[in-house]
Amino acid sequence: MDKIPILRMGAFLLVTIQVDLYDRLALTLEADLVQMVQKTSAKGVLIDISAVSIVDSFMGRIIGNIASMSKILDAETVVVGMQPAVAITLIELGLPLKGVHTALDVEKGMNLLKTMIDFTEDDEDLTEDDLIAE
Amino acid sequence: MSINTYQLLQKKKKNILELWMKNQLADEGLREDLISNEELRSQSEELVTSLVGNLSSDNFSDLNSDEWSPVIEILGGIAITRARQGFSPRETGNFVFSLKEALLEVLQEEITDSKQLFAESLKINRIMDNLSVVTFETFIKGREEVILRQTDEITEISTPVIRVWDGILALPIIGTLDSARTQIVMENLLQEIVETRSSIAILDISGVPAVDSLVAQHLIKTVSATRLMGAECIISGIRPEIAQTVVHLGIDLSNIITKSSLASALAYAFKVMRLEVRKVSTIQK
Repeated sequence: MDKIPILRMGAFLLVTIQVDLYDRLALTLEADLVQMVQKTSAKGVLIDISAVSIVDSFMGRIIGNIASMSKILDAETVVVGMQPAVAITLIELGLPLKGVHTALDVEKGMNLLKTMIDFTEDDEDLTEDDLIAE
Repeated sequence: MSINTYQLLQKKKKNILELWMKNQLADEGLREDLISNEELRSQSEELVTSLVGNLSSDNFSDLNSDEWSPVIEILGGIAITRARQGFSPRETGNFVFSLKEALLEVLQEEITDSKQLFAESLKINRIMDNLSVVTFETFIKGREEVILRQTDEITEISTPVIRVWDGILALPIIGTLDSARTQIVMENLLQEIVETRSSIAILDISGVPAVDSLVAQHLIKTVSATRLMGAECIISGIRPEIAQTVVHLGIDLSNIITKSSLASALAYAFKVMRLEVRKVSTIQK
């Protein structure tokens, strides 16, 4: 079965969705991602959906769910690279994705995550070093 | 209609045309600026020929019959051209009604028996009334086409997305916002955001005459869509009257950044992007 890879980048998790999500895949991603957040105690999740051209209410809900679940596990979610058509569809479906942060592209999303996450924690230096090393 | 009458009318075709032309030219509402006399004459001649030619059929009252289709076609063509040329409904109506008068006048001259005259006039009346209804229908259709074309043009020209600064887009909306226009505005704006990688969009509504709950709904949709794309959307140019209506209607704009003028929206955008505008002191030597 297909699986969407979840990459670890320091304190963040990076998910790039390169295929059109069907329901099963989305559910697997949701489960995997939450597991991964817990395992790596990630501080932020970045989901790149720039390659997704079709979205339905289920997908919208899954993204919302992922954001809420990560929030409970103390990780912020940023969705980046949404296509105009997808954004319009989500709005027309009445899913403005409240509680999900958004950014134009991965670069801006990463910057947003960095500013959002409180680096005053103990492992701050390590995390940042990790990021640079990678 | 008795055979006599239609033969009579065919024989008197020239007379009818002359009378009709006289009526038309005598009319105060003659629009010589829109149509030349020669053109009017050829139009009228074509119609009279076709009309008189078709009177021979037995079927006068049923305009749906095939015998009438050439007449209706000619009349429709004239009505549509007139609609495009900017004739008023009254002028177009008079065009047909004056023909009726000419026909009746000829009948009156030729038929002496008052009973027959009445019966024939009634028939002519019925036909001509039907024809005027057709004329008006086509005239209005022609006008509607003009309006539709103009609407399309307006939607095309009135949604420019302006790049005011690197990373800041402005979109002045002029005219009423309806669903179709919001869709175009939204699509243009989102596309431009992707292309220019802008992080702030300013929606200026100083050119929107009135904001009702539907328009507000459209605005909120656009703002939410922009947010989903990862950009921030500011609504500017809110006039006092609009602020009043919005509050009276109970529309919640509290989670949208609103500014009274484009200038203040731009100032806010600069602040968000950590930019500064400063006055350069002139150095005097």
